[in-house]
Amino acid sequence: MPQAAYQVRVGLTSCGVAAGAKAAYVALRADLGAVGIVPQGIGCIGMCYNEPLVEVITPQGERYVYGNVTAEDAKQIVREHVVKGVPIERLLVLRPGREDANSAFLQKQHHVLLKNFGIIDPEDIESYLQAEGYVALKKVLTTMSPTEVIAEIKVSGLRGRGGAGFPTHIKMTATRQAKGEKRYVVCNADEGDPGAFMDRSVLEGNPHALLEGMIIAAYAIGAEHGYIYVRAEYPMAVSRLKRAIEQAARKNILGANILGTGFNFKLEIFQGAGAFVCGEVSAMLRSIEGLRGWPKPLPRPSESGLWGMPTLANNVKTFAFIPEIINRGGEWFAGIGTKTSPGTAVFALAGQIKHTGLIEVPMGITLQEVIYDIGGGVAGGLAFKAVQIGGPSGGCLPKTRLDLKVDFDSLLGAGAMMGSGGMIVLDETSCMVDIAKYFVGFSVDESCGQCTPCREGTQQLLKILTDITNGKGSEEDLVLLEEMSKAISAGSICGLGRTAPNPVLSTLRYFRSEYEAHIKEEACPALHCKAFLAYYIDAEKCKACGMCLKECPEKAISGEKRVAHVIDQAKCTTCGLCFTVCPDKFKAVMRVTGQQKRELLKGAKR
Amino acid sequence: MGKLDLGAIFSRYEGTRSDLIPILQDTQSLLGYLPVESLNEISNFLSVPVNEIYGVATFYSQFHFTRQGKNQVKVCYGTACHVKGAPRLIESFEQQLGIKCGTTSENYEHSLDKLACFGCCSLAPVAMVNEEIFAQLTPDKVSLLVDIKIRGGEGKSGLRGASR
Repeated sequence: MPQAAYQVRVGLTSCGVAAGAKAAYVALRADLGAVGIVPQGIGCIGMCYNEPLVEVITPQGERYVYGNVTAEDAKQIVREHVVKGVPIERLLVLRPGREDANSAFLQKQHHVLLKNFGIIDPEDIESYLQAEGYVALKKVLTTMSPTEVIAEIKVSGLRGRGGAGFPTHIKMTATRQAKGEKRYVVCNADEGDPGAFMDRSVLEGNPHALLEGMIIAAYAIGAEHGYIYVRAEYPMAVSRLKRAIEQAARKNILGANILGTGFNFKLEIFQGAGAFVCGEVSAMLRSIEGLRGWPKPLPRPSESGLWGMPTLANNVKTFAFIPEIINRGGEWFAGIGTKTSPGTAVFALAGQIKHTGLIEVPMGITLQEVIYDIGGGVAGGLAFKAVQIGGPSGGCLPKTRLDLKVDFDSLLGAGAMMGSGGMIVLDETSCMVDIAKYFVGFSVDESCGQCTPCREGTQQLLKILTDITNGKGSEEDLVLLEEMSKAISAGSICGLGRTAPNPVLSTLRYFRSEYEAHIKEEACPALHCKAFLAYYIDAEKCKACGMCLKECPEKAISGEKRVAHVIDQAKCTTCGLCFTVCPDKFKAVMRVTGQQKRELLKGAKR
Repeated sequence: MGKLDLGAIFSRYEGTRSDLIPILQDTQSLLGYLPVESLNEISNFLSVPVNEIYGVATFYSQFHFTRQGKNQVKVCYGTACHVKGAPRLIESFEQQLGIKCGTTSENYEHSLDKLACFGCCSLAPVAMVNEEIFAQLTPDKVSLLVDIKIRGGEGKSGLRGASR
């Protein structure tokens, strides 16, 4: 170590900034300036549930992580910890030698892709170079032939991280061998799956790893031109990629005669324009060509992609794994995870889970371990109901399937799919019919319209599901839902159409009783669907605070000071605002459904 | 609207078909939306029929063809936000702003829209007001947000968020 001093780092990705990290950063910069330290902006360390995060590294190299840091807290951290050397217990989420739920969050993870997150500054190429950055590229360009690169990736067993899990080396070989005057490399960074932010985190947290992987892939297949197709909803990712490309070009890592080896590669960013279907690779390529994003089934991009030329298209994470595979060898990578799904998987944990965040785990870990050991279980003391994996193409798995291993093949067998890595935990307050309706509604909005079964079929599915949640469902509807789902899968040309009914099929498979309760008992067991609810105020719990009375938009609540409030069932529209505003310490507004609702409404006209 | 000056935008492009979407994006960020005249000029520049330009532009949800409000509110409609109450947020914004989701107020002061996932799922539910993202919103925070960020009120801020 040249000079022993404190280092201070702040997580500055979109999530952190949305949680208020800029304010903490500004305060740190001001106060640390006085003691001659410059705080470093870093990528996400994955603990989104504690954002904004500030890390203090002592001159001895010990790491202290502070969570939920406000500007005031930041000033205190400088004052007490950096200047006086006394850590502030109140704010600490991680400290050396302490084991708790926060350290457990990291313990079962295996960081390969995320290993430099929270260490390097994503806006500075020097920081990446210091962390062995572009060492793999140099090795490839100076000591390996293109076929040796592909052979190494074959040994690693790397499968596409976009969700389908196609072996990467087969795609690379096919693209390399296909006939064409030019070849292209395209990175799919159009992370449109709702509930997924893994790719965004890589783009914002370590953009050079993606660049390095793409340049190596380009060399392997013989391409001189590449595109990163990134969604417009990710402005920070776009700006960091732009900066990374400029910095790499200045270092002669991109452009002509890279590192003096005679290899040329030009890389451009193409910003998506808000069409989910462009995450499907053939649609993405058409979008780059200036057309509507309409998928086409064949020929494959490896034979005829961009402008009819052989094109290698991969997900962000697939490319970003490549430098580490080259550095440490294919066998090392194959030794992580399972035999058929080697390596690690990156997931975005969100929904009703205690530890929301970004995690990287070895393939083959069980859902139970991910949700409970790492994720800390369901938030707010409620019961677990389901985990949704794979976005609109995936499915919902119940508690009985939590022993399932997380890998490409096991998830597919259970009616879900790996997808690009969004994992949303649902608790007892989520209605599974409503969740199916949500995803089908998403597919209706995003269907490109080419195939009638997808365009029209998803609309019919949505209509049936809406009827069921409105109390107008019949038992035949369930049969129809299944039949139509099968027809949509069979009759659509692209992967998104084929998998659009999965949320319906998986909820019917595992949560059929909830559908039946809506239809036969006029009840929503999750107390979610308005049509089946009634609200009343528990006179013993009500402290007559007047909150609900004030907020009720229908003026359906009566009461006065020191007199418990009452809901007029004839006026109530079950909007639920009274339930939301009733203070947590009272919880006096009650919801009922089914038989209890019928009893409550006896005599009251609606 | 008369002739628009898109020359500065066109000068950055060669005029090939694959420039279409970037040109549409630049035009929208200059004008706020894509008036019909702009599509005509782009058609001339690229030598692509205007109906085809329109066909591409309407395919992508990013593009608007009518003037948008001065204040733009976008509620995230990703899965995590959905399960954590995005539908209620939309209702609250509709009530507070007095417009339906997907429309603009008559005086062009506000637009309200729902948007595909912002990727801030761990802070759900979130909404964007102009360029700022606000995290962990509830219906009662919405009225505070509208008051402070849109109506310019002062109010005590219990809001979590910052510009990015």
